[in-house]
Amino acid sequence: MTIRSPEESGPRSELLIIARPDGGGARYWLLGLNPAAKVIAALVLSFGLIPAIDPVTGGIVLAAALLLVPFSGLDRRTTLILGVPFVLMGCSNFLVNYLYGEYGAWGALGSMLRLLAIALPGLLAAISSDPTKLTDALIQKLKVPERPALSVLAALRLLPLLAGQWNTISLARRARGIDAGRNPFAATRVFVGKTFALLVRAIRTGTLLSTAMEARAFGTGPRSHARASHWRAADTLVIVGAFLLLAAAYTVSARLGTLTFLFGGVA
Amino acid sequence: MRDWGWKHAGREDYSLRGVTLEIQPGERVLLLGASGAGKSTLLHSLAGLTGPDSAINGEAEGVLLLDGHSAQQRRRGVGLVSQDPETQLVMAQAGDDVAFGLENLAVDPAEIWDRVDAGLAEVGFPYGRHRSTASLSGGEKQRLVIAGALAMRPRLLLLDEPTANLDPAGAELVRSLIAELLSATQATMVIVEHRVAQVMDLVDRVVVVEAGGGVLADGVPSEIFARHGAALARKGVWVPGYEPSPALPPAPGGPVLLEAVGVHARTPRELGIRGAAPRTVLEGVDADLLAGTTTALTGPNGAGKSTLLMMLAGLAAPYDGTIAPRGVLAEVDARPLARWPARRLARHVGTVFQHAEDQFVTATVRDELRFAPLKAGTPEHEADAWVDELLDRLRLTELADVHPFTLSGGEKRRLSVATALSSGPAHAPDLLVLDEPTFGQDTITWTELVELLAELRAQGRAVLAATHDDLFMDRCVDARLRVAEGTVRPVQQGDGR
Repeated sequence: MTIRSPEESGPRSELLIIARPDGGGARYWLLGLNPAAKVIAALVLSFGLIPAIDPVTGGIVLAAALLLVPFSGLDRRTTLILGVPFVLMGCSNFLVNYLYGEYGAWGALGSMLRLLAIALPGLLAAISSDPTKLTDALIQKLKVPERPALSVLAALRLLPLLAGQWNTISLARRARGIDAGRNPFAATRVFVGKTFALLVRAIRTGTLLSTAMEARAFGTGPRSHARASHWRAADTLVIVGAFLLLAAAYTVSARLGTLTFLFGGVA
Repeated sequence: MRDWGWKHAGREDYSLRGVTLEIQPGERVLLLGASGAGKSTLLHSLAGLTGPDSAINGEAEGVLLLDGHSAQQRRRGVGLVSQDPETQLVMAQAGDDVAFGLENLAVDPAEIWDRVDAGLAEVGFPYGRHRSTASLSGGEKQRLVIAGALAMRPRLLLLDEPTANLDPAGAELVRSLIAELLSATQATMVIVEHRVAQVMDLVDRVVVVEAGGGVLADGVPSEIFARHGAALARKGVWVPGYEPSPALPPAPGGPVLLEAVGVHARTPRELGIRGAAPRTVLEGVDADLLAGTTTALTGPNGAGKSTLLMMLAGLAAPYDGTIAPRGVLAEVDARPLARWPARRLARHVGTVFQHAEDQFVTATVRDELRFAPLKAGTPEHEADAWVDELLDRLRLTELADVHPFTLSGGEKRRLSVATALSSGPAHAPDLLVLDEPTFGQDTITWTELVELLAELRAQGRAVLAATHDDLFMDRCVDARLRVAEGTVRPVQQGDGR
């Protein structure tokens, strides 16, 4: 019989803390950047790619973003869990555009690469940023209003709690003699009922949390910031890099004569 | 505070009215009243959380002043600690959470971290600033909440049943902390606590309030309890020396009804891509539940009590091992309990959840009780007769057409027990499983509940309850199973009353 206390019971997930290990080296390079810089760089790349629909422009940005993956501190398991749906998303986009699109395989390839290139930088920025540091950076560097930003951060803490409540509600339905068996209509009805019950619980939990926040003088006046969000030269360079990458992608594509714009224009 | 009253938004009646009260700096006040007397409301108002634009919406009358200012203006000088630590922590790391209140006060960042460290040291927080709040036990979380309130250096500290959600070890941790803090500081304190005996030594004044009324009694603890003790106890307040002692029919005992063999339980996969892999909570658990017997599951929070309870109730399947019906249950269906269809399970095993709302599935109290019998094919007039009897028995008749979510805590508890009883073919299931049934109840609901369970037991049914309540165990529990350190052991009792 094994005896375990909660302390030594192995890995407990830290959903909300993403720390850069001391001396982690280049593998964790992305984690050390200011989250605000990552968000801006991702936005630059995403919006910058919207006009171009050819495979070369999107492909170059995608390739560059993929090169960053090894520096994002992701372990193999997480990479796999995220990577499979990511690749599936691209493939299904390709298939649909190839079968039903007007531009054949080339157009479908362009659509796929563009979609992935728009999605990947944002995904990397999100996955490599600690939520607390991200909120600090948004408030201090990007002047996002404090109340909504901190409320979202506090609500994130409740997500695991919500998962537990969903589980309890499911058990409680069974205890009341409700299960759908193999009937899909009954399953839908049960699901709707459970969703409503969870909503009620979530609102209650949220109200309690906001009461607790107000009890700690939240919203009584201007706040100070315990954790300064630092902006380093590397952060500026990342944003400059995003612009340069975009410019390079467009230039190469234009030189090769492949650059195609969204509304039919060819450069 | 003069002639102060409060009406929740959308309610007809005032929850408190005509409260006239003056609290001097440095006083330690225990606020008492029957459940629903508006104690928490009064506390929230003192914290400046009530008002037209505040967290709690409603209408106030009269005057409530703190140091000569309205409570909303003085919000920055008041610390509030409520029941559930889970919904009071804001940040992901311990230090950040204590810093949150200081940031709100616009304390100079250079000073914040010294005050955070001092706050953590003051409550004896055993880990560093970077400790994840999610990994703390209930008692540790509540300590952290208190550290967060204290770091703001409040002039007034408000405690709303701060130990109610904790297991005995966690509650003791928090109680000893409060005692230490009070001897060290001059802060004024107002505390609401059901279990009076636990805080008697901490307070020097007792104020009793009544729902819809004002202050019922006010004075030194010993005097109040000597003069009003019996009256308070009748109203449901837990008064030392007046603990309920209902006369109960004895436990007949009986054959094994449910047998757990080699049960192994694991945590569910956690949410999100960073979720931890499932890990073992319980291993090699063997246990028997006997008919005509009340069995208690005890042990610290987080040890797997609820997990085991849900498996014994047939709601969740063990990872390995079996939970098999025996005796009359085996005659119904010999398969392991987790494989029974829900409808059959509900007829023979009733479950009462800790949060009663979780098990409500309809829009009125009456429908809630009709639900199971009608689903089981009972003719309508028969079901109605049985529902009326249940309503009457659990004092819910007047509330029959009310939405279950709008009931008070005690009423919800009674309804949740009634729903579990409503599904049984012989007017009760063969096994009744309850998760912390007496938690937060006043003495009136407590006594009713204990009497009801004893009656079920006398009828030869099995009762299983996860509980921390020593009085409950003393009065009506026949066998105890302690869940700790990954396994379950029966506890030998000194005397078996």
